[in-house]
Amino acid sequence: MNPLPLDLQLLNACASLLLLLSFSMLAQRRVVNLVNLLALQGALLCFATVLVALRTGQAHLYLSAALTLALKVIGLPLLLHRLIRRLGVYWDAEPVINPSGTMLIGLLIVVFSFGLAQPLAALASTATRSTLGIAIAVILLAFLAMITRRKAMSQVVAFLSMENGLFFGAMSATYGMPMVVELGVALDVLVAMLVLGVFFFQIREQFDSLDLHHLESLKEVE
Amino acid sequence: MGFTFSYLNGCLAMLLAWGGIGLAGLVRPRSVEFAGRTLFPLGALCGAALAALAVASLAVPAEQTVLPLGLPGLPFHLRRDALSSAFLALLGATSVGVSLFAAGYFRRGEGTAPGLLCLEYHVFLASMGFVMLADDAYAFMVGWECMALSSYFLVTTQHRIPEIRSAGFLYLLVAHVGAISILLGFGVLQGGSWQFTFDAMRSARLDPAWASAAFGLALFGFGAKAGLVPLHVWLPEAHPAAPSPVSALMSGVMLKTAVYGMLRVCFDLVGAPQWWWGLIVLGLGLGSAFYGVIFAAVQTDMKRLLAWSSIENLGVIFAGLGLAIVFRGSNLAPLAALALMATLYHCLNHALMKSILFLGTGAVLHATGERNLGRLGGLIHRMPWIAWLTLVGVLAIAGLPPLNGFVSEWLLLQSFLFAGRVPESFVNMLLPLGAAVVALCTALAGYVMVKFFGVIFLGQPREPTLAQAPDGGILERLGLLWLALGCLALGVLPVQVIAMLEPVTRELLHLPALSWGSRWWLLAPPAAGQASYGPLALFALTLLVVFIALLALRVSIRQRTRRGPAWDCGFARLDPRMQDTAEGFGQPIRHIFEPFFAMHRELPSPFDAAPRYRVAVGDRLWTLLYEPLAGIVRAAADRAARLQQGRIATYLLYSFVTLIVLLALVL
Repeated sequence: MNPLPLDLQLLNACASLLLLLSFSMLAQRRVVNLVNLLALQGALLCFATVLVALRTGQAHLYLSAALTLALKVIGLPLLLHRLIRRLGVYWDAEPVINPSGTMLIGLLIVVFSFGLAQPLAALASTATRSTLGIAIAVILLAFLAMITRRKAMSQVVAFLSMENGLFFGAMSATYGMPMVVELGVALDVLVAMLVLGVFFFQIREQFDSLDLHHLESLKEVE
Repeated sequence: MGFTFSYLNGCLAMLLAWGGIGLAGLVRPRSVEFAGRTLFPLGALCGAALAALAVASLAVPAEQTVLPLGLPGLPFHLRRDALSSAFLALLGATSVGVSLFAAGYFRRGEGTAPGLLCLEYHVFLASMGFVMLADDAYAFMVGWECMALSSYFLVTTQHRIPEIRSAGFLYLLVAHVGAISILLGFGVLQGGSWQFTFDAMRSARLDPAWASAAFGLALFGFGAKAGLVPLHVWLPEAHPAAPSPVSALMSGVMLKTAVYGMLRVCFDLVGAPQWWWGLIVLGLGLGSAFYGVIFAAVQTDMKRLLAWSSIENLGVIFAGLGLAIVFRGSNLAPLAALALMATLYHCLNHALMKSILFLGTGAVLHATGERNLGRLGGLIHRMPWIAWLTLVGVLAIAGLPPLNGFVSEWLLLQSFLFAGRVPESFVNMLLPLGAAVVALCTALAGYVMVKFFGVIFLGQPREPTLAQAPDGGILERLGLLWLALGCLALGVLPVQVIAMLEPVTRELLHLPALSWGSRWWLLAPPAAGQASYGPLALFALTLLVVFIALLALRVSIRQRTRRGPAWDCGFARLDPRMQDTAEGFGQPIRHIFEPFFAMHRELPSPFDAAPRYRVAVGDRLWTLLYEPLAGIVRAAADRAARLQQGRIATYLLYSFVTLIVLLALVL
């Protein structure tokens, strides 16, 4: 049996590291570390994109790798760190479900994603299709992280991590989205970040806290 | 696109002109003079042109066009045929009078800015025209919703008053529930072709069950717009809330778009209606007519009274429509033509006469600031122009010859008399009872109108402030005069009017031309051989009798003429409180039809030093139908509101579970 070519091996390693990072984000309670993990995830994503670009020779993938580097490894984490310092939120509160329970659910989700990816991967013609299951798992794990977190800041980090998963999924299935879509998504994320930044300050001003359970009082019906 | 003249393009140009006039109102939104003295008269001019174009095009074969507007792959289709032309003529002719009146009516500082009102008003007019020209479901619904929304904003002109806001909400709610039903009706009518042009619906062959479903949905939707009982509740709330010219347009024209829609669906899109549909329409129509007229009789607010009277008239129109469907379904096309003509004629009549009455109440409202009949009276001396012109509308709606109301009601009764030819045995026995109901309603309508005119204009003023009431301005008089002349013309020249309207019945019923009168002055319905009506002769005779009577009076009592206070009857010191009041006049009706009313009486105790008697008449359907319905909706909403936890984590969980379930389904 032929061993896989080196670049594909590296890519698979990237993918598994991404999954690992997702799990550590699920468990991490310090917000600063969470942002660092996000930056690391971005860096891995950037590396994976370069690998795929080298393999397929598609020029636009270099561009999206550069975009990932600028936005997800440097830009957004810096922005988030500044926000954390200005808002003074270093710790998330106790999550909704305890960490071990969250991990168990995460495991189930990974199994589900792999099962889901199998028929899809059979349809895809790319060399990277084996990582599709991981991409779906990253998306769903980030979603789970959003559900279990209480602080707005960690939810935003989880949201960005979900975007990373989407990006990775698109790359595994079809070597990346069309450039226009990718640019659009990048812009969306940036704008969403800015809006959320404003939103954080508003929430804190209203409730003296970033804990989201204060928002429960906003519902119409008792 | 090269511009070639066709009547369709001409009508469309007039609708666009209305839109343009409306937008021009935004140039100087705060100026009453600009909107009133320039834009509204221009709008009236457009209305006249539209009416002329529509009348001229009645006998012209149908024209179609596709507008380069709309959604991609779903452009607006327009079509003008005889039915559209008839209703466009109604719209145009009525709008002339109403716009002229409105030009002098709107004052500074009444809620919405005049420029904005001008926009809403003209968009309302244009969208009604667009509904009549639409040839696909999409264009129809766009026009229909524009009409509902613009009229909603017009109704809530004085939006700072909470009652008006809630009246507006009720109107919007019923309008939307109706619109949904109409939309579903079109969905059924396309019959699996997924083409929403009316052409596709005409060629779709529906099986009877589906056709009946489409009919039921259309009846519900258009019935809600027309104010058929039990969907009438918005009418007595919205009409008093709106400014009078708007009430006039809503009652006179907008309710007729519902009739137009019913005619379009039942006689054109469905193909051949089934006869039993007609029985439902007939029953609802007669019920509405009766319910409307008895409630009109007990009202004490003059605009609310007129709103109930509109329910009555729409009921009569729908009764005619139902009869036409019964005849058409029984293959008695000439009789269907007679009933249909009565329906169309009554639509035209009601548009003109109800506009006169609403405009008249508007003039009274502005002059006195009162809507309550109990504080009016004797205005014929202060406002002679308004009073006499309103009298024309009053006589017309009471169905007195030689005015127009008589013609259509006579035609309708004539067509009821032929009901014996319907092959179904029970039906032909029961239908003459319908004629009795129509006759009863007509008589009660006369009673209502005596009350309306008598309490407002005759007798002595009930409040001292009424002595300063000014008569209407020149533009207001002109508007009313136009409508009154219209009533007279429709009343005196029925043969000519029917000859003009005949293409509509021919087109809808696929009939050859029928003869409606042997001579130009004598109206004799086809297949009649029984009765004919010579309005001119009657008119001349009436004038002659009045003239002779006046002459005789002059001669006999010349020396002893003496002017005293009204209704004094020779007694000294008759004071205004001794007059019959609106409540008193309605009392017999309240007594006879007591089970229909939800009455709250407050009787004074015998030892009360300052006794007060109060009675409030409510609509039983509110408590029997609407409040339980609202309760059910509220309970369902409360149950659904449990989904709203307020916790972001829960909302995220909803999306997460949905995603997982969908993915699992794909798997």
